Amino acid sequence: MYKSIDEANEAVTAKIVKSQPFLVDVVPGKTVIPELKEHVLLHAGPPIAFQDMTGPMQGSCIGAILLEKWAPDEEAARKMLEEGRITFIPCHSVNAVGPMGGITSMNMPVLVVENREHGNRAYCIMNEGIGEVLRFGAYGLEVIKRLEWMGNVLAPVLSKALKLTDGGLNLNVIAARALTMGDEFHQRNIAASAVFMKEIMPYIVKSKPSQEDLESVTKFLADTDQFFLNIAMAMCKSVMDAARSITEGTIVTAMTRNGKDFGIRVSGLGDEWFTAPVNTPQGLFFTGYSQDDANPDMGDSAITETYGVGGMAMIAAPGVTRFVGAGGFNDALSTSNEMLEICIGQNPNFPIPTWDFEGICLGIDIRKVVETGITPVINTGIAHKQAGVGQVGAGTVRAPLECFVKAVEAMAKKKGII
Amino acid sequence: MLQTVIMENSYQDSINLMLLSNKLSDMQSVSKVSVMMGTPANKTIFKGTGLYTPELEKAGPNDICIVINSDTDMLEPVMAEVKEFLSNLATRKSGAAIRVTRSWTSSIKALPDANLALISIPGSYAAEEARKALDRGLNPFIFSDNVAIEDEAALKRYAAEKGLIVMGPDCGTGIINGVPLAFANVVRKGNIGIIAASGTGLQEVSTVVHRMGGGVSQAIGTGGRDLSAEVGGITAITGLKALAADDDTKVILFVSKPPAKEVRDRVVDILKAIPKPVVAIFMGEKGGVPMQNITFASTLEQAGMLAVKAAEKEADVSVDLDKVKASGGNHRIFGLYAGGTLAAEAAFILTEGFGSTESHEHIDGVYLELDGHRVIDFGDDKYTQGRPHPMMDSRYRVEALQEIAADKNVSIIVFDLVLGYGGSMDMASELAKGIEHARAVAAKDGREQIYISSICGTDEDPQGYEDQKTKLLNAGVIIEDTNARAVNRALTLFYQLTAKPQDLSPAEGVAALFRNGPKVINAGLAGFAEPIKAYGGAVVQFNWAPVAGGDARLAEILSKLV
Repeated sequence: MYKSIDEANEAVTAKIVKSQPFLVDVVPGKTVIPELKEHVLLHAGPPIAFQDMTGPMQGSCIGAILLEKWAPDEEAARKMLEEGRITFIPCHSVNAVGPMGGITSMNMPVLVVENREHGNRAYCIMNEGIGEVLRFGAYGLEVIKRLEWMGNVLAPVLSKALKLTDGGLNLNVIAARALTMGDEFHQRNIAASAVFMKEIMPYIVKSKPSQEDLESVTKFLADTDQFFLNIAMAMCKSVMDAARSITEGTIVTAMTRNGKDFGIRVSGLGDEWFTAPVNTPQGLFFTGYSQDDANPDMGDSAITETYGVGGMAMIAAPGVTRFVGAGGFNDALSTSNEMLEICIGQNPNFPIPTWDFEGICLGIDIRKVVETGITPVINTGIAHKQAGVGQVGAGTVRAPLECFVKAVEAMAKKKGII
Repeated sequence: MLQTVIMENSYQDSINLMLLSNKLSDMQSVSKVSVMMGTPANKTIFKGTGLYTPELEKAGPNDICIVINSDTDMLEPVMAEVKEFLSNLATRKSGAAIRVTRSWTSSIKALPDANLALISIPGSYAAEEARKALDRGLNPFIFSDNVAIEDEAALKRYAAEKGLIVMGPDCGTGIINGVPLAFANVVRKGNIGIIAASGTGLQEVSTVVHRMGGGVSQAIGTGGRDLSAEVGGITAITGLKALAADDDTKVILFVSKPPAKEVRDRVVDILKAIPKPVVAIFMGEKGGVPMQNITFASTLEQAGMLAVKAAEKEADVSVDLDKVKASGGNHRIFGLYAGGTLAAEAAFILTEGFGSTESHEHIDGVYLELDGHRVIDFGDDKYTQGRPHPMMDSRYRVEALQEIAADKNVSIIVFDLVLGYGGSMDMASELAKGIEHARAVAAKDGREQIYISSICGTDEDPQGYEDQKTKLLNAGVIIEDTNARAVNRALTLFYQLTAKPQDLSPAEGVAALFRNGPKVINAGLAGFAEPIKAYGGAVVQFNWAPVAGGDARLAEILSKLV
């Protein structure tokens, strides 16, 4: 249909630039994802069996089963899992994304982002805050209690508030603003979370929740610096899925990791995942933890880098540049400049002040990745490799080159070159 | 034991505190130190790592909490370290780094007005990348060696088509507008333009020039095979034309390895046509007799010295050669001498210069009568019987000037001015007056002639050397230091007036390179980028790597995936 790969790629990235993502609702997952039935769990990354999951993802599974009350205790939950009585589906297969383990069950509330340009929707569970949380594999009583509160209080309150807005919250506006305030939407979301709260609070108050709910919701949103991360993930997913509708070209439309494999999808290569073993993030660790404790790379959050933010937009977030290494601003600058080498353009809707107002990276081209050997850099939280310990640090990780090589070879086969 | 310090209301972001924690934990006698803001989540982490103390209870989210686990009291050294770390946070210095790129596309984007590609990558890739540079309108400076001669010739032909120049391959050094490229010495900026094979020959002459007090405008390395028959001297000739047109270049210094005969002839034709003094050294050939504007040197040292000497010459009287050419006739030289030995020297130089073997008897003071060129000694007995010597009396020479002015075949008049006791006290004024009249005579026929003089004298002579010189300069006379130089100048001008026209128009891309200074895409050795920046050139560091890391199969696939 397109005369050249370049032309197809232009069409793919045009869909990204034109996208109009709105946060429209927060609802129980099962109401919008028909696959989310009893004994079904969504997970991050390309397909994986329970036995192959790393500790934290397995821990999340246990937590989800306990939350859903499919088993009375940890031991019974683990037995269910080991006996194969749980069906696993990648989030990406059902228009969803999930952070870290990405474990999502039927009654967990999901953020609903609608991309009005294409008319598609994408989903992501809400951010639970930091410390002992399900996405890092913790499943203690407090974790379950928090998740229950999120389902019973936070989600309905946000849902009611969003319904009072004029068709939802325009996420491009919030994101563009936060980008100029030092967020890159993966490691740092504090500005976007604050802007989100500023936008939503009047509607929350207007929806007249009980005083108790108002207090707990307000406190939670104020405490949760990374709340916007999951919104950004759903936003990026809605945009990249729309871009995927152009079924040609060599633009990466998804990058994700399940703790074992790193997988990418490419616009012209359909639903196939091109995978390679994940790398382990390098970064800074909380005292008492070290690189030895780090779990291999995990989570669907690399959808932010696929879109052009996160590590790709390192230069936008001077506050977190030290995660790149011991360096500072100039290291962030060279990181973003390097990322530009593997993209086909820049998105003019998101100018970065610290980058002379150049737009964020747009459209990772697998050909450029293989040609230069430069792989996308991903900003990420680091989970402890044992289930339940939680986050032990943060840093960066590179996508493995092999995925891109495999994709290039597949494209060559498709084109009849080899 | 656990020791706790709470620094109230002193917020630091978590990354800084993680860096600090790591640093403190590396201290001797400390088993663990954790520094975090006192948020509830962080307190949980303190608990999880066995570092929770009761003091943390009252710490709030705006307090820095420091917990030290050590066998001995480490409070003081740890806190000293904390203070130093926090006060140094803002002082990390880092200058504006050189932009690093990984492709031609991003390099051009980073430096849109780039005009030179310094290529120092493995030789087997150099030709291909040089071609890409040419495609993008950049002048390649190929430091890499092991480029096939066929590739070199093809690249240089392509460059010529595009109005660009290929320096190298195996070009070790170069200087563009004072900016050192690759292995270049730091040489004063000046008015000597150098074309050389590129390696130590260029370095030796350019450093001699510097040490002799001179300076270099441009130094172009051609690569060692440029003057071979296969390559045909394309870079040398392009470079010479660019230097000929370069206003900052007054003298050209040409260093050549033994060239192919036909290429040598072609290059010398160009050198002769350039209206600037040229010092040339063809390694292995003996220097010596000048050929028109070209002085030949035997050694690199001599070449450098001669170039500096030529470049020191003061600003010249401007001569409109086109106007003289338009005067018609055959542009002969006429020597009007007061000194017999000077006349003899002039006759000898001209005879040599015209390649004649004839010997002349100088009857009646006529030292030369060759194909219309004449040299006459007005101090000969024929002219001095019963009259004062022409050193004292200008009459004969002034009369002769009027006659010569009417001769349409004479375009160049060379004469001497001899100072000292016994001579005329103001010969310059008398000759100047004569020249003024002579010019008027020639002008009536719509013609113009050129006057050249040397002055034999010192600044202590009674006439005043500078005074006499100024008077002649004011009369539009070209002044040379010595008679030999004056005659050589006459010879050079004669050849320029009668030479077959040579196209000396410079390649546009090279002229622009000189005009704008080097704006460099440094593909390869990063060490070459810093001096370019330090000497005022623009530079991006292109961290070149072979496509797909050198995987030929993938490179092949990629070349087809378009």
